[in-house]
Amino acid sequence: MIVADRKHVPEIRDMIKNHRRVLLVGCGTCVTVCLAGGERETGILGSALRMSLKLIGNRGTTVDECTIERQCEDAFIDALAPRVAEYDAICSLGCGAGVQALAEHFPNTPVYPGLNTQFMGILQSQGVWAEKCAGCGNCRLGEFAGICPITRCAKRQLNGPCGGSRDGRCEVNENMDCAWQLIYDRAKALGILESLESTAAPQDWSTGLDGGPRKVVREDQCIAGLGPKV
Amino acid sequence: MDTEPVILAFCCHYCAYAAADLAGSMRLQYPSNVRVLRLPCTGKIEVNYILTAFEHGIDAVIVAGCLEGGCHFLEGNLRARKRVERAKKLLEEIGLEPERLDMFNLSSADGPRFAEIVTEMSRRIKQLGPSPLRSDHKSVQQGIEKATHQAQKASEGVKNDCCRSQACA
Repeated sequence: MIVADRKHVPEIRDMIKNHRRVLLVGCGTCVTVCLAGGERETGILGSALRMSLKLIGNRGTTVDECTIERQCEDAFIDALAPRVAEYDAICSLGCGAGVQALAEHFPNTPVYPGLNTQFMGILQSQGVWAEKCAGCGNCRLGEFAGICPITRCAKRQLNGPCGGSRDGRCEVNENMDCAWQLIYDRAKALGILESLESTAAPQDWSTGLDGGPRKVVREDQCIAGLGPKV
Repeated sequence: MDTEPVILAFCCHYCAYAAADLAGSMRLQYPSNVRVLRLPCTGKIEVNYILTAFEHGIDAVIVAGCLEGGCHFLEGNLRARKRVERAKKLLEEIGLEPERLDMFNLSSADGPRFAEIVTEMSRRIKQLGPSPLRSDHKSVQQGIEKATHQAQKASEGVKNDCCRSQACA
């Protein structure tokens, strides 16, 4: 899932303070699961913003909240249109994709981000989320015993470890596991250590973000009139 | 504007609520500006309950749960403390004194301690002054009503027995 965390209240307040009516829009998908932008968090932020605005003497800005199922799909955003018409600005508690989807959908309404989108990851333990995937567009987990060196090695080394691996920890941060130690340990447990003996080929970064924003197209799903958008 | 401070106390059924009752039975004196709200466990408190109260101009919020290790739901009071700490951080971000919010742990036999807690909070609020978010008496009353409603909702579907014995089951 996409993991995000909330921006500080004063930062959000300063973005919206010059608008008269602001709609906070939460998202019921990834950011609900990572406890950053779901219905509950949207309610908390709404309350916090109203108080913060009042404390700086701004009594002219109204902040209301709502949450939609998914901010990254037009079908869900469409239902929001009548509500948005009543507001001067939107503050989205979706990920960066959600913010931009709202901005595309409502070209005449300013849209501000309420969250800092962090990464694609998993719930490691209650309240802790860890990054696992860099979305490089060319998955090679099969070569590395199911552990991604691109995401989890600070140097993105495909032929590791480097000399900075100490007792299973990374030299960049002693609290960070060395990805190559994890790869080695897992390969050993699986009995596939010999697969690490060959040199891994360089990564083709053209499939990553370096090639500009990407698109995935499924022609069989592109029904006339329903997409894809140009 | 009504400047008498108003304190909301979210009290666990098993300890602080009984302690408040005991304080009354013992004829102990404590400030009358506290509104005691019953929760089935402080683990039912939500950050939003606390923020909504402050938003309406309530001057202080107390969350009072069982002694650590003594929660009837094992760790409700520990979860409540974490939520109170989070709410305190939020208040700091907002620019409202976090001292206006506090969590206390006590047992149902601590009637005098309950009176002490309320007296201490009331003294603290007198020092800090009324909440800068308070606009009028009506808003404060709405805050109390909302908090009461939230506490009632939190109690729905929770059966609070007096103890874990078979007789109460």
